[in-house]
Amino acid sequence: MPQMNMVQAINDALRIEMRRDHRVVVLGEDVGKVGGVFRVTQGLYDEFGDDRVIDTPLSEGGIIGTAIGMALYGLVPVPEIQFSDFIFPAYDQIVSELAKYRYRSGGEYPAKLVIRTPVGGGIRGGHYHSQSPEAQFIHVAGLKVVCPASPADAKGLLLASIRDPDPVLFFEPKRIYRAAKGEVPEGDFVVPLGKANVVKPGVHVTVIAWGAMLYEALEASNQAGKQGIDCEVIDLRTLWPLDIDTIIASVKKTGRVVVVHEAPKSCGLGGEIVSLINEKAFLHLEAPPKRVTGFDTPFPYTLENEYLPLAHRILPAIVETARY
Amino acid sequence: MTALLQSESRTSHAPVGENNANDADRSAVRRPDDALAGDVIRTLRHDGTLDPAHDPKLTRDEILGLYKLMVRVRILDDRLVALQRQGRIGFHIGSLGEEAAILGSAFAMRENDWIFPCYREFGAALLRGMPLQRYVDNMFGNANDPVKGRQMPDHYTYKKGHFGSISSPIGTQITQAAGFAWAAKIKKEDIAVLSYFGDGATSSNDFHNGLNFAGVFRAPTIFFCRNNGWAISVPTERQTASATFAEKGIAYGVPGVRVDGNDIFAVVKATRDAVARASRGEGPTLIEALTYRLSGHSTSDDPKAYRPDNTLDPWRALDPLARTRRYVEQHLGWNDDAQRALETEMDAEIKAAVAAAEKTELPSLDSLFEDVFASLPWHLEEQREELRKGPRAKGHGAH
Repeated sequence: MPQMNMVQAINDALRIEMRRDHRVVVLGEDVGKVGGVFRVTQGLYDEFGDDRVIDTPLSEGGIIGTAIGMALYGLVPVPEIQFSDFIFPAYDQIVSELAKYRYRSGGEYPAKLVIRTPVGGGIRGGHYHSQSPEAQFIHVAGLKVVCPASPADAKGLLLASIRDPDPVLFFEPKRIYRAAKGEVPEGDFVVPLGKANVVKPGVHVTVIAWGAMLYEALEASNQAGKQGIDCEVIDLRTLWPLDIDTIIASVKKTGRVVVVHEAPKSCGLGGEIVSLINEKAFLHLEAPPKRVTGFDTPFPYTLENEYLPLAHRILPAIVETARY
Repeated sequence: MTALLQSESRTSHAPVGENNANDADRSAVRRPDDALAGDVIRTLRHDGTLDPAHDPKLTRDEILGLYKLMVRVRILDDRLVALQRQGRIGFHIGSLGEEAAILGSAFAMRENDWIFPCYREFGAALLRGMPLQRYVDNMFGNANDPVKGRQMPDHYTYKKGHFGSISSPIGTQITQAAGFAWAAKIKKEDIAVLSYFGDGATSSNDFHNGLNFAGVFRAPTIFFCRNNGWAISVPTERQTASATFAEKGIAYGVPGVRVDGNDIFAVVKATRDAVARASRGEGPTLIEALTYRLSGHSTSDDPKAYRPDNTLDPWRALDPLARTRRYVEQHLGWNDDAQRALETEMDAEIKAAVAAAEKTELPSLDSLFEDVFASLPWHLEEQREELRKGPRAKGHGAH
C-alpha cells in the first residue's frame, strides 16, 4: 500500500470518483488551476477541465447556492469552502436550503452535495483560520458531518460521503493535512459513514476524539499508560449521526470517559456525547464524564496552544477521571 | 401628463447622481403611469389594440386559455382568503393584481424549461399542470399534501411540471436557479430556468450571488422580478436608490428589461425574448415586471396600517384581469355569460377540492421523521418511538 498524507489521500479520492462518476464536479475559490490553497485539488483541472473543476467568484453563498441548483439538476457537486471559518455567508443556503430540501419537498427534491472544508487550529491562523464549527451544523436537522483523522480514513470517508444520498459536511483537519501520513489502500476504497474506530483498546478510561485532536488524545493516553492507566481511544470519524453503539459499549466497559474537542466547550458536541452517555449508561459510570475542549472565547493567535486541548491538558483529565 | 413626462425623463438612464432625485422622484418608478415610460415594454394599448412591435402573436385559444386561468387564479385567491378568515386554513399568500406577470412569464417557458418559484406563484404551478387538488391539499397540510404537512400553506412542489420547491427565506431560489441553469449549460442541454422573486429580494445577498454567477458563467437563467411595490410594509424606495430594478443587471453584465407587468401580452413577449437569448447561449436576462400587490403581503398582514386604500385606485384601474377581459370581449367574443359559466365552474371545482381536502386525514406521526435523511438514523428512530409512545397533542384543527 502506498504511503500518503491526507492532502494526497483526499486528492486521490476526488480523482477516483470523478473518473468513475461523470456527474461529480468540484467548485470553489482557487480549486482550479492552482489546485486549492492547500493543493488538495491539484491536478484535477488538468485532467477534468474547466467544466468539472471550476474556479468560482469569491462568494461562499454563491458557491453553495449554485451547487444546490447543480445538485437539483442531477450533478454531484463537491464544493470547497476555503476555510470553515468562511462558511457562514453560505449558512442560510446550507441550513435553510440544503439540509431541508428532501424534507420540505416531501422527498421530491433531495439535494445532495459534499461540502469539503478545512477545519481547526494549530496552524497559526488566528480566529479566522482556526475554528471548529461542527456543532453549528449538527444542531440543524438534515446534515451529516464527517471529520477524518488519518489519510486512509480521509479517502474512504470522502468516497463514502460522495456516494451517500444525504448532504455531507466534510471537515478536513488542516493541522494534520501533511503531518498525518500512513498507508492508504489503492483504488476504490470506502469507509462507511456512522462508524467510529477504536484506535487503541483499553479498560480504564474511554477517550473520545476526532480530527487533529485524536493524536493529542493518543499521546495523552500513552503518557497515562506509564502511570498504569489503560485508555481506550475512540476516533469518532463521523460526527453526526454518531456511532452511539461503539461509545456506549466502551463506556460500559470502562465506566469512565473523557471527550476531547477543539470547539468551544459550551453547547459543543462533547456536551451532547456526555448527555447521551448519561441517558444510556448512567449506572455504568464510575466517575463524572469530563470534557477537554477549547474555551468559550474566540480562537486566539498567540496563545493558540493554550486554547487547544493538547495532550498536556488531556492527561490530567484522564488521570483525574481514572482516580475519581 | 406631467407625471408621465417626469417619468420619461427619469428613465432616460441619466447617471443616478445627476438627476437630483429626491425620494418622491425616485418613487416615480413605482407609480402606475411609470408603466407607460419609454423603456417599458408594453403591448396592450388603452384602446384595446396590440402594439405590433411587442406582439407575441398568441393564438385565440392561447389568449382565452390565459384569460381563463387568470380568472381561476383570482377566484382561488379569493376563496383561500375566505377559508383563512373562517379558520379552516392557517395562511394564504396570494397574487392579487400580479396574475398577468406570473401567468404570462410561466406561459412563455418551454415544456422542458424549469421554474424556481418564490411563494406567490401558485398560478404558474397550475399553468404547469399541477392539479388543483394537490394545491388545496397543501393549503390544508393533510396526508395528501405533496410536502406532507411539513410546511406552511403555499409551500408546495410540483416536480412533474418542472416546478421547484418553495421555501420562505427570501431570494435563496435565485442562486439555485443560476446553478441549475449553469449545470444544464455544462451538460449542453437547451433549457432555460425562470426564477421568480419580488422587489424586496433584490436587496438579498442571493440576488447578488445569483446574478453574478449567472453573469460570469452565462447560465441560461431568467431572473423575473415582480416589482409589486411592497416588501410586506416596506415600499420599493426603501429597497434601492437605483432608478429601476432592471438597471441592477448592468453591474453583473446581465441585460435588464422592464415590462408592463399587468399586460399579459407584453410579459409573454419579454419572457420569450429572454428564453430565446438563453437558448442562443447569450446567457441570463433580468426582467423587471411593473405590477402591484393589490392585497396585503399575506393573510397575516393588514396593509391599512401602512398604505391608505385609495392609493391603490390608480393600480386598480390597471388591473390585469380587467385589461385582459376588455381585450377578449372586444376581439374574441367573450361575454358575461361565458364569464359567469367560468366562475360557476371554478367555484364548484374549488368547493369539491376543499371538501376532499378537509376529509383527508392528517399526515402520519411517522412522517414527522421521514425524509430528514434518506433513511432513518438511530437517533431519529429513538425519537420516533418516544413520540409514538407519548401522549398525543390536542388541537390539530385549523390546520
